[in-house]
Amino acid sequence: MDALMNGLEQLLAGNSIFTLQTLGYYGEGLVTTVQLVFLSLLIGLVLAIPLSIGRGAKRAWIRLPIFFFCYVFRGTPLLVQLYLIYYGVVFVDGIQDTWLWLILEKPFVPALVAFTLNTAAYTTEIFRGAIKSTPKGEIEAARAYGMSQRLMMRRIVMPSAFRRALPAYGNEVIFMLHASAIASVVTIMDLTGAARFVYARFYAPFDAFFFAAAIYLCLTFAILYFFRYLEKKLLAHLKPATG
Amino acid sequence: MTFKKILSLGVLGTAMVAATANAEVRDIRIAVDVPYEPMEYRTPDGELTGFDIDLGNALCAEVGIQCEWVVQGWDGIIPGLMARKYDVIMSSMTINDQRREKVLFSDPYITPPSAWFGPADSAVETPDTDALKGMTVGVQRGTLQDNYATDLYGDVADINRYATADDMVLDMDSGRLDIVFLDYPIGKSTLLDSDAGNYRVIGEQITEPKEYFGDGFGMAFRQRDEDLANAFNEALVTLKDNGTYEEIYTTYFGE
Amino acid sequence: MIDLHGYGPRLLEGALVTIELAVLSLILAIFLGLLTASAKMSRSWLLHRVGTLYTTIIRGVPDLVLMMLLFFGGQIGINMITDWLYDQFNIDIFININEFVAGVFTIGLIFGAYMGETFRGAFLAVDSGQIEAGRAYGMTQSLVFRRIRFPLMMRHALPGLSNNWMVLLKTTALVSVIGLSDMVRVAAEASKATREPFTFMIIVGIVYLLIASVSEWGFARLQKHYDTGHAEAN
Repeated sequence: MDALMNGLEQLLAGNSIFTLQTLGYYGEGLVTTVQLVFLSLLIGLVLAIPLSIGRGAKRAWIRLPIFFFCYVFRGTPLLVQLYLIYYGVVFVDGIQDTWLWLILEKPFVPALVAFTLNTAAYTTEIFRGAIKSTPKGEIEAARAYGMSQRLMMRRIVMPSAFRRALPAYGNEVIFMLHASAIASVVTIMDLTGAARFVYARFYAPFDAFFFAAAIYLCLTFAILYFFRYLEKKLLAHLKPATG
Repeated sequence: MTFKKILSLGVLGTAMVAATANAEVRDIRIAVDVPYEPMEYRTPDGELTGFDIDLGNALCAEVGIQCEWVVQGWDGIIPGLMARKYDVIMSSMTINDQRREKVLFSDPYITPPSAWFGPADSAVETPDTDALKGMTVGVQRGTLQDNYATDLYGDVADINRYATADDMVLDMDSGRLDIVFLDYPIGKSTLLDSDAGNYRVIGEQITEPKEYFGDGFGMAFRQRDEDLANAFNEALVTLKDNGTYEEIYTTYFGE
Repeated sequence: MIDLHGYGPRLLEGALVTIELAVLSLILAIFLGLLTASAKMSRSWLLHRVGTLYTTIIRGVPDLVLMMLLFFGGQIGINMITDWLYDQFNIDIFININEFVAGVFTIGLIFGAYMGETFRGAFLAVDSGQIEAGRAYGMTQSLVFRRIRFPLMMRHALPGLSNNWMVLLKTTALVSVIGLSDMVRVAAEASKATREPFTFMIIVGIVYLLIASVSEWGFARLQKHYDTGHAEAN
């Protein structure tokens, strides 16, 4: 380990910007970015499943609030949502005295809440579209087997909708990764936050932002290949037959 | 307005030419980052005011040139000078060696200390590694206070970096920050005076080590504009001799 | 009535900046998108590569990072050129990349890549028989493009175009971070000064929803126009 650090130090010698300290910031920034994006996607996905089913409900009091939620969160910039949640919670009377403040005090949780709600709204619409495009034949077959509505949803409609939603969801994941760059606006030291720090300290915009851009590019490719792999595995049955 | 913007958009293609005669002192633009009360800020109707603004205008009058103020965010202020978006920075910028590599400084025109500010009931008495452990510290991104706090306490405390001093005060008010590190006059004006009783200075005012805190505030020029810097240095001496400097100082800092 | 603490006029100005920024970026994006689509469909190996590289990089890097790179870095890049001119020939030119220009260029550049994909798909969807028919009538290449390819392509491109526009509109909010006084920045300043974040941010949210709804209506009309002759075919 020491040898590695020495090697790294030698490599960085004569370079005033990319020191062990700034690389450390980038490293921590990368971890923060990945945590933030992963957690918001995961929670957003869990929220989106019931919401997407409810979005097509026959009862208006279920359907309309979900429609409204999606409309607002998809129709306004994430930055506005982030400002509202980060600065807004402060003005809830007496919140500083409750246990909630312990988690809302740090910028991470307000950002996580904003990102989660945003991705939940988009994912709901993606799933909604996939559910609506379920082939009629699959539903008729399930009915013919005497499946209940609930069982049919669980065994037939949702699994097939997930598969169809996969390409669009892959785009949403990349979109969230890119959108997470605004976390730096509320003082979170994510990857972009690290780049802004290095820029402001060394007045080196090219070095600071190119380095961050390169890491984002790698992350994007990793996500892209992961989803391509998933599609290959899960959508194999949809491929045209080859002789 | 729209037309002007379309014009400025066409700029990349056509190049807006700022015609100049060489070497002569011409009309200049001065960059300033607001709000940084009482050094530079806006009155409610949007007018720029503050110590830097008044002194800057007096200096320009003394040198005998027209000056125009340009508002520029702090983290882009030195790149903007090098990029010739404006010709001078006069925005509470501390003279230090790191910046000297990039810009040419005038003689210092004021030398205020830095200080820690916290809530009146803060448990911290002397800000040091032990006291700041686990605290959330607020600084303005890219300031010498940022450099100092990052280097000394970055390992033990959470450093939150803000774009403006205003953002920092808001998070201080809401209780997100335990302590902030600022130029003393700014902390005095934005925290002590405007929110009387809620905040106090914590520990001593700080001016050392020079490596961070430098030699007071100076105007920054591009390296090659030596003549311009000299003209301003001479004007500063004149203003100090004839009492104008004293007058402006009293307006913003009292006796 | 809601008390705007005197920020009403500036908020309105900010809304105009947002709209100007969005429309100018859209024009640039459509232009770049058409170029990219042609490059990607061209037989030239080099053009094809350049087009692919452009779309890949743009779609791999966050908008905000690209914007900062262009706004902070682009100026220095351009100045390297003008400094060189000054040193060599004593020509003092200054090209200013302000927040507005940087915003239009970055957003245009980003959405040019997405538009490129939209247009490419739409061009490929045009029935080649129609084009052959045009040629058979003795139309010139450019006339075929103007009268046949473009209008037919637009029919297929409109849904993607409208989608890109909605995303673009929201992306304009990011310029507030690099310092342009669009409506998000004015609202942020106002809420900090007045300590009333809800008032201003909710107004801004509603304005975004309004613009989106109006443009949705506009795109529906356009679609109707370009659907002429396809009405029955759903």
